[in-house]
Amino acid sequence: MDLQNNRLKTGDGGVIVTSVEDLLNWSRLSSLWPMGFGLACCAIEMMASYASNYDLERFGIFPRPSPRQSDVMIVAGTVTFKMADRIRRLYEQMPEPRYVISMGSCSNCGGPYWEHGYHVVKGVDRIIPVDVYVPGCPPRPEALIGGFLKLQEKISTEHPLAPKLLLEMEKESV
Amino acid sequence: MTFSEITQVLNDQFGIDSFSVVNQKISQPIIQIQANQLLELCQFLASDERLFFDYLACITGIDNGSTAHTMEVIYHLTSIPYEHNLALKVIVERPTDGLLPKVPSVSHIWRTADWHERETYDLIGIFFENHPDLRRILLPNDWDGHPLRKDYQEQEFYHGIKVIY
Repeated sequence: MDLQNNRLKTGDGGVIVTSVEDLLNWSRLSSLWPMGFGLACCAIEMMASYASNYDLERFGIFPRPSPRQSDVMIVAGTVTFKMADRIRRLYEQMPEPRYVISMGSCSNCGGPYWEHGYHVVKGVDRIIPVDVYVPGCPPRPEALIGGFLKLQEKISTEHPLAPKLLLEMEKESV
Repeated sequence: MTFSEITQVLNDQFGIDSFSVVNQKISQPIIQIQANQLLELCQFLASDERLFFDYLACITGIDNGSTAHTMEVIYHLTSIPYEHNLALKVIVERPTDGLLPKVPSVSHIWRTADWHERETYDLIGIFFENHPDLRRILLPNDWDGHPLRKDYQEQEFYHGIKVIY
């Protein structure tokens, strides 16, 4: 009886009933590993988000030094045309499923360089697909965390296991 | 050394015709010289014991546009031991046929001129003769044109990416 009580307290022996899909989604969204790179001043806010005050690691978010180990790319800063080829290559080196957070005005749409910035790509979505846009110049760490929460919401609704045919049938029935 | 003392030394060495003083009234007067005299003068400014301009602080390139038909290069010199300064200006003709105006490189006199001249070449489009490695420094190698020119037109696409907003 005593043993039983202890078990209940620690949660040992507890049973959770769920679908494999939910479990997979939960595990994927609980350890989003971003690629560790920054382009401009937004990267300073990104670094602040990683650091102890905002502590992104409580969400399981921890930067990786290689695109091949990363789940999400934070495009933090001004994307120049010189950098665009490199960003595209880094994105292609990431394993699927992969996500992109566009952080700040520059990477969303060109920002202050939209008119006279001959060297700035007017939005990183011109070179790679973007999942979440975080507005701001630069966005505060709270905003970046908000972006991650949005991305987690998106991942939680995905169907990593479902056969394509089934999804198509579901779509048709709706 | 004051500005007038510096010009006196240059006058004694090269003669009164070799340079002209512009903007005498402002706090930083500028000496204007011919492009073909630049090397000789710079060599003297850097090595003369009285002047000893051992530090090239900045190189500026200016495009005066197609109506003025000229381009300028301005050199800001400093002598660290003597604490005096001098600004040199070279005005060259702006070719209309798409060729680059030519100015001799001073990178063998002041090593810092190497990257300054590459930047001026990259953004303004001035060709520095006898530069050891005149490549673009900021923009990609396959970029079209020189963006700080008055008549610069952005290209429509770069590597398949639309350039304008």
